[in-house]
Amino acid sequence: MSIFGKDEKAIAKFSETLPIPEFPECDFNIPKPLKSAKVAIVTTAALHLEGPGYELGDSDYHFESLSSAARNLKLGHHSVNFDRGGFAADINVVYPIDRLEEMADRGEIGSVAENHYSFAGNQSASVAEIRLDSGPACAKKMLDEHVDVVLLTGT
Amino acid sequence: MCTLAHVFEAAGLATLVLTPMRRIAERMGVPRALYTDFPLGLSLGKPADEAFQTQVIRSAFELLKETKGPIIRDFPISISATDSEPLQCALPARLNPDLHPAVDEAQALRAAYERAVESSKKTSVGMRIDAADIPDALAKFAQIAQGEHWETLGFSAESIYGTVHDIRSYYEEVACELAAAPIAPWATEQWFYEQTKAGEVVLKARRAMRDQQVAQEVWFGLAPAGRQ
Repeated sequence: MSIFGKDEKAIAKFSETLPIPEFPECDFNIPKPLKSAKVAIVTTAALHLEGPGYELGDSDYHFESLSSAARNLKLGHHSVNFDRGGFAADINVVYPIDRLEEMADRGEIGSVAENHYSFAGNQSASVAEIRLDSGPACAKKMLDEHVDVVLLTGT
Repeated sequence: MCTLAHVFEAAGLATLVLTPMRRIAERMGVPRALYTDFPLGLSLGKPADEAFQTQVIRSAFELLKETKGPIIRDFPISISATDSEPLQCALPARLNPDLHPAVDEAQALRAAYERAVESSKKTSVGMRIDAADIPDALAKFAQIAQGEHWETLGFSAESIYGTVHDIRSYYEEVACELAAAPIAPWATEQWFYEQTKAGEVVLKARRAMRDQQVAQEVWFGLAPAGRQ
């Protein structure tokens, strides 16, 4: 048997058969021009600062706030089926905070948000908790911080 | 990610998803997705390649010019999980032959680990144990490999899983410090399980647990699915 994370057929089968929640409507917001937009990162790599992090299993739906200055981040996504060496070498391969700051310095984007947010990628099958609880709470924080555009990354 | 994109758009934010799983984004009708055919874990494709990462982000931002969704666009460059060169990363010679080779190895790599933490200002070790505990943890895995029952060594199902996370993080961070070339996809995982004494003893312990009829949910996650 080949290693799951290196097996394109296994990943394709997973993508095709994974039970997914239904979203009958697709909201689609057009933001202000990128040159004046504030951009935040939300990652599902379970990144966190020193401390308890995330629980094992699929029941931890809380999110962590990561200040834009923080680089001492831990990879809390516990699955063994993705490549972690990239994050060990460079956090930007999962959490491209330095790239966004460079783009803000060059004027390509308006600004980088003061805070970014992290969830665990492994969630309950219904994803009811992040849909109804922590997801909307995170959205409110970003709206309160005048974020316009959210870049979502995972592992 | 895909669920959060819907939730955030419903709240009034504009979202961009970088995803290596195109079909999930399609099936979930994600508002805006850039399909990145990169190995799982490498959202921006290449570590320490600023130009490439910036190219990926710029491609995602291009989607903001679209006026209707859902929309998925393909990033034009793919990265294979399988065709990279193995990591060239020398391991230390035996220092103390009285110790189990994995314990001796982990102790000898401590200085490199500390340099890695110093240079990167981060570590993912600490889910269950600290760096100082890695040799003792490997000694326990050596005992499991020799037939000792995992629970008599003080492990719970959660702690043994988290402990392997920490052992692997310790070694992968060391590899990034010691390797001369850029870190290729899956290179540190392959190095850990195929080249190091630590990876060898973790796999031996995993096989021993399987042979002892330990519940699969306890031992299976000690290595990637498919690794024997």
